[in-house]
Amino acid sequence: MAQDEILRCHELRKAFGDLVAVADVGFAIAAGETYGLLGPNGAGKTTTISMIAGILDRDGGEVLVCGRPHGPSSTWGKRRIGYVPQELALYPDLTARENLRFFARLHGLGRAEARRRIDEVLAVVGLTGRAEDAVKEFSGGMKRRLNLGVGLLHRPPLLILDEPTAGVDPQSRNAILESVAALAGEGTAILYTTHYMEEAERLCDRIGILDLGRIRAEGTRRELVALVGELDRITLTVEGPRVVPSLQALPEVRAATGHEGRVEVMVEDAGRALPRVLGAATDAGVTVRAVEVHEPNLESVFLHLTGKALRD
Amino acid sequence: MRATLLVMAKDLRQRVRDRSLFLLALVVPFGLAAVFSLVFRGIDAQAAPTIALADRDGGPVVTAFAEQALRPLERGGVIRLRPVAEEREAREAVERGEADAAYVVPPGFSDAVTEGRPATLQIIGDSGQGAYIARAVAESFAAEVRYVQVTLAVVDGGTFEGATLVPRPVAVEELGAERRQLSLAEGFAAGMAVFFLFFTVQFGFSSVLDERRDGTLARLLAAPVPRTAIALAKLLTGVVAGVAATAVLMSASALLLGARWGHPLGVGLLVVAGVLAASGVMALVATVARTAEQAGNLQSVVAVLCGVLGGVFVPVQQLGGAFAALSLLTPHRWFLQGLADLHGEHAPAVAPGPTLALLAFAAVTTGVALLRVGRMLRP
Ligand SMILES: Nc1ncnc2c1ncn2[C@@H]1O[C@H](COP(=O)(O)OP(=O)(O)O)[C@@H](O)[C@H]1O
Ligand SMILES: [Mg+2]
Repeated sequence: MAQDEILRCHELRKAFGDLVAVADVGFAIAAGETYGLLGPNGAGKTTTISMIAGILDRDGGEVLVCGRPHGPSSTWGKRRIGYVPQELALYPDLTARENLRFFARLHGLGRAEARRRIDEVLAVVGLTGRAEDAVKEFSGGMKRRLNLGVGLLHRPPLLILDEPTAGVDPQSRNAILESVAALAGEGTAILYTTHYMEEAERLCDRIGILDLGRIRAEGTRRELVALVGELDRITLTVEGPRVVPSLQALPEVRAATGHEGRVEVMVEDAGRALPRVLGAATDAGVTVRAVEVHEPNLESVFLHLTGKALRD
Repeated sequence: MRATLLVMAKDLRQRVRDRSLFLLALVVPFGLAAVFSLVFRGIDAQAAPTIALADRDGGPVVTAFAEQALRPLERGGVIRLRPVAEEREAREAVERGEADAAYVVPPGFSDAVTEGRPATLQIIGDSGQGAYIARAVAESFAAEVRYVQVTLAVVDGGTFEGATLVPRPVAVEELGAERRQLSLAEGFAAGMAVFFLFFTVQFGFSSVLDERRDGTLARLLAAPVPRTAIALAKLLTGVVAGVAATAVLMSASALLLGARWGHPLGVGLLVVAGVLAASGVMALVATVARTAEQAGNLQSVVAVLCGVLGGVFVPVQQLGGAFAALSLLTPHRWFLQGLADLHGEHAPAVAPGPTLALLAFAAVTTGVALLRVGRMLRP
């Protein structure tokens, strides 16, 4: 086990009657790393993380939290996990502070420590001014933010987020994504499920593509894209002599085509190839008016792997 | 234990916020007590119960009883007196419902009383209001007769100590009725108390299902606390609410209706045992359900069924033998039995039989419920 490995699970399995919701899932997350489980509705994301959080009995497989075996009766592991369920899990008749206090105390925080952490968490999720209001008076986005805040109270080294932005207004969504990125920056290991490809791309260091209860591929966005053989596309708007042959001569360039001042260049990694491409164009004496970079997204990876779209 | 208390405190706070605790523990019991008092005032205003008198003695004591005790009551509209010739006639009148109760005075009654020998005055009746009044009247008459006897003994040259040793000359004997009884109002109030208790405790354990529906159960399960602590908290919340509601209802009926419930110790133990039994039964029913709604429906059916069987609406004595036997399978029956046992001047301080029966109910049902609770404690 790596020194900073916070979560490792393998061969997780869960069936509901005849329906195998999770067939074989395994991955590991290090401190400070954000791991995304990307898959459509019904892929088995919630079932997987419910088993990891120890709220659902698993049919098979193993979970290690900070190197120790973890399961439904392991309070040691549960102290190290912050779990944010997909559905809002708050008591609407209680105030934000009362909700936070209850869960803080349930996680073993003393009175004084709870009070301090509650204030900190309220600030993180931007609800300091609404602490004494009943949750039922909150907007959807505010409830989502509080829902996230509850999972942060006990400073868990592992934070499990189940589609935390589902059905949230853009402003709250941004706030949530920023909080998550900040937590990862502080060293929290994050397990993040989503069916939004953009979120997975923006937030996650590594992504597991989940379909029908199995991880079909895993890696960084770039690795996944490379896996299916998709290339980045650089589009140049140029003025001047023909530049295509000199671009085709570059080792980074797989293909280049030109048409009426627009040049399309296919490369494996646009970020690394771009300076060479621009350099070659300048050397050839053309003026580059505009540059557009198009990187293939996980949508196409998912389509390639499963034969279906991520969202229907 | 800490987690259990935390969850209980949270649950109670929730119930205070959504006002359901207030409703269950205060409004419903007080409302019921108020309804009772109206109902019983209504009954009082209705036709007074008819009491038959079969005087097979014909002596002066019986005449005095009739003229000085019963006639004034009749004039006051409390009873209607119906003289009959035979014990058989009296019994038939009661059985046909033409009389609510009957006195049977055996031959030689007056002689026995005047000679200071024990004498028996029989009352025929059931658990209704008529029999209650008949007994109360006979008892106060018996006390009066004794006073007269005591005075005579002292005048005849006996000592005061000797006078107190004179046997109580008139023993009131009731036929076909229980030894100790609650009044109609008390019986009804007690019946409603135990009936509604089953609905009050319901919100304790079943809130596991509410939390599952609302998603918060997942959070409780993810917290570093044993699952049994959560189940226990839910059970105990129901117990607290049940004890509070029953205490309020019984105090209210004592204040508003003048109900007398017996020794506080025995009543307290009985109430706690009854609440535990009710919680256990309702918890067990909840473990059979899939959703909060289903649990609520099932629990209502069971609560009403047990209530009817247990004699909440119609006294068990008026149901047949088979029903009376079946009623022993309901906590309601034992609770009412316990209150009856604790009732009256010379009642014991505790009612061990019914209290233990209720505790047995509680132990068995709670035990099975806890064994089955695993299937409820999932997200
Ligand atoms: N408690 C359950 N009982 C029966 N089937 C379930 C249950 N929970 C999930 N499933 C099924 O398991 C599959 C995976 O569900 P889930 O893990 O919730 O997927 P996701 O979170 O990726 O949308 C789905 O087909 C779902 O219908
Ligand atoms: Mg899900």
